[in-house]
Amino acid sequence: MSSDVTADAAPGTGAPAPGRPSGTGVPAGAAAAATAPGGLDPAALRRRERRFRYRDKWWGYALIAPAGLGLAVFYLWPVVQTLYYSFTEWGAFGGTEWIGLTNYRTLVGDPEFWQALGNTVVYTALVLLGIPLAMVLAVLLNVKGMRGTGIYRTLYFLPVVTMPAAVAVVWRWLYNGDVGILNQALSAIGIDGTFWVSDPTTVRFAIAAIGVWMTVGYNMILLLAGLQGIPQDYYEAASLDGAGRVRQFFSLTLPLLSPTLFFTTVLSVIQSLQVFDLVYLILGANTQAGLTNPAYAEGQTVVMLFFQKSFFDNQRGYGAAIVCVLFVLIMALTAIQFRLQKRWVHYG
Amino acid sequence: MAETAGAARTARRPRREGRLWPAHLVLSLGAVVTVFPLLWELLTSFKTFGESTRVPPTIWPEQWEWSNYAKVFSAVPFDQQFLNTLLMTVARTGAQLVLCSMAAYAFARIRFPGRGPLFLAFLAVLMVPGELFLLPQYQIMQNLGWLDSLQALVVPGMFSAFGTFLLRQFFLGLPEELEEAARLDGANPFTVYWRIALPLARPGLLALGILTFLWSWNDLMWPLVVNTDPEKVPLSVGLASLQGAHLTEYPVLMAGALLATLPVIVVFMLMQRHFIQGIAFSGMKG
Repeated sequence: MSSDVTADAAPGTGAPAPGRPSGTGVPAGAAAAATAPGGLDPAALRRRERRFRYRDKWWGYALIAPAGLGLAVFYLWPVVQTLYYSFTEWGAFGGTEWIGLTNYRTLVGDPEFWQALGNTVVYTALVLLGIPLAMVLAVLLNVKGMRGTGIYRTLYFLPVVTMPAAVAVVWRWLYNGDVGILNQALSAIGIDGTFWVSDPTTVRFAIAAIGVWMTVGYNMILLLAGLQGIPQDYYEAASLDGAGRVRQFFSLTLPLLSPTLFFTTVLSVIQSLQVFDLVYLILGANTQAGLTNPAYAEGQTVVMLFFQKSFFDNQRGYGAAIVCVLFVLIMALTAIQFRLQKRWVHYG
Repeated sequence: MAETAGAARTARRPRREGRLWPAHLVLSLGAVVTVFPLLWELLTSFKTFGESTRVPPTIWPEQWEWSNYAKVFSAVPFDQQFLNTLLMTVARTGAQLVLCSMAAYAFARIRFPGRGPLFLAFLAVLMVPGELFLLPQYQIMQNLGWLDSLQALVVPGMFSAFGTFLLRQFFLGLPEELEEAARLDGANPFTVYWRIALPLARPGLLALGILTFLWSWNDLMWPLVVNTDPEKVPLSVGLASLQGAHLTEYPVLMAGALLATLPVIVVFMLMQRHFIQGIAFSGMKG
């Protein structure tokens, strides 16, 4: 029983119960007794039931053990270890030394960290702008009598499934300062474009634009699922009452969609704050070849910094501190959003 | 009442149909912007290097340079990396389907002391960003002497709190009567799970399978951390290094990128309904 309750209270990172009855908390025995088959009397059934229960206990542990042990070894314990590492310094030949809060103090005074954090926050904010865009698309796809929705959905979803490396390759090419098609198009209307992803002033926006492009289809699908959950007769009633399309959108669609919108926003924030693949591939794929992007510092994200410190600079304690701070930040932002939701999210 | 509503609807229909074109206009404009980069990637992959850098650009390749695709195989051990990606993806997905569904079934149906706290522990994993596991996971692989191996790519990805959570939700939504009947007939919980619950949970398994397939195929950070040998890395890493090594050969790069991502796109096209339902159902990614 208690687990059912905790499941529904799962915070943002966990998928909330997607409209499924999670509370089958009625003791199974009661249900079985009520439909007592084979003419057995309920008391005997219950006794038998209890005997199952007792033996079932071990089946329960046995079924959970493989996944549970794996998660404990590879996920749960590592979190504790990472936390511990963040208070240590990594020796050149392995071995850790407890240094208290030193890593965190270094972090606070490290301009590279603040720059990376700033970049990540800007990226997150810009990617959030994709949600209204996804919303417009979802609303249009949900228009009654709309044809070809399947094709649109497929096309918008393509960037979501494409391998980030394949995304980065083509966008670097599109953004190329000399021969990129973006600048060629811009020069046709008299604008002199720059090297978008190696110019410190444009790099964040150029990358965030790709971020929007990659996520819009995904957000659109989530929002569309939310829209389809709104009963059509609400709209018929509203239009019989003389409410126009715009009025319907603001007084009907928006409030009824707000839980989905909230959920989409929370997920977007969590995922964007952890962005790595795309930015690494755009900026950092050449670093091992000895080439550095002049806009690297202005594009680098928090997780990239963690990756660099942990696996290239061998400062694992410092790397651990970086991700611990990121974790706290994500939790805090999620908690704030849950607080603020009371102001704008309507649960029917 | 019903009649007037019906009449209103038929009266309104012509007006509504007429109003659909602005929606189509916006949607197709958006679709063009969305698809253009991928289309451009495809077209560029067939151009000669000279043609790809021409100003003004050609849209259609003047001469179809199929050899770009062959060059991918000589630039990186593409076939080996493809195999690595395939094995990693299949092993992770298969393992998750079995292990997650077992645990999920136990959480959904079997009552035992400590179920609540155990489930909370699973949920805790779900809340933690993936980067927090990385350093210790790397340590484990190093200690086992598994760096630069296939098992390093596979093993940590076999376990998933998310998958367990997703399938538990699914099992909870299934009717219990059949399972109860089987239990009364003397079947043990494992038999009930395997023979009765699992076949009923096919849509849930499909959703998890598709999502795991997608994430594993595209996974970059973990392989980047544990494997460096070009023969041992998956395509995602191979492509990243190709970008560094063959900086100027953009058409070859595009060809490699498309080849690497093609299987996912094909699977997506074939199973898009399940794909999209899976995404909408889980509402989760990464």
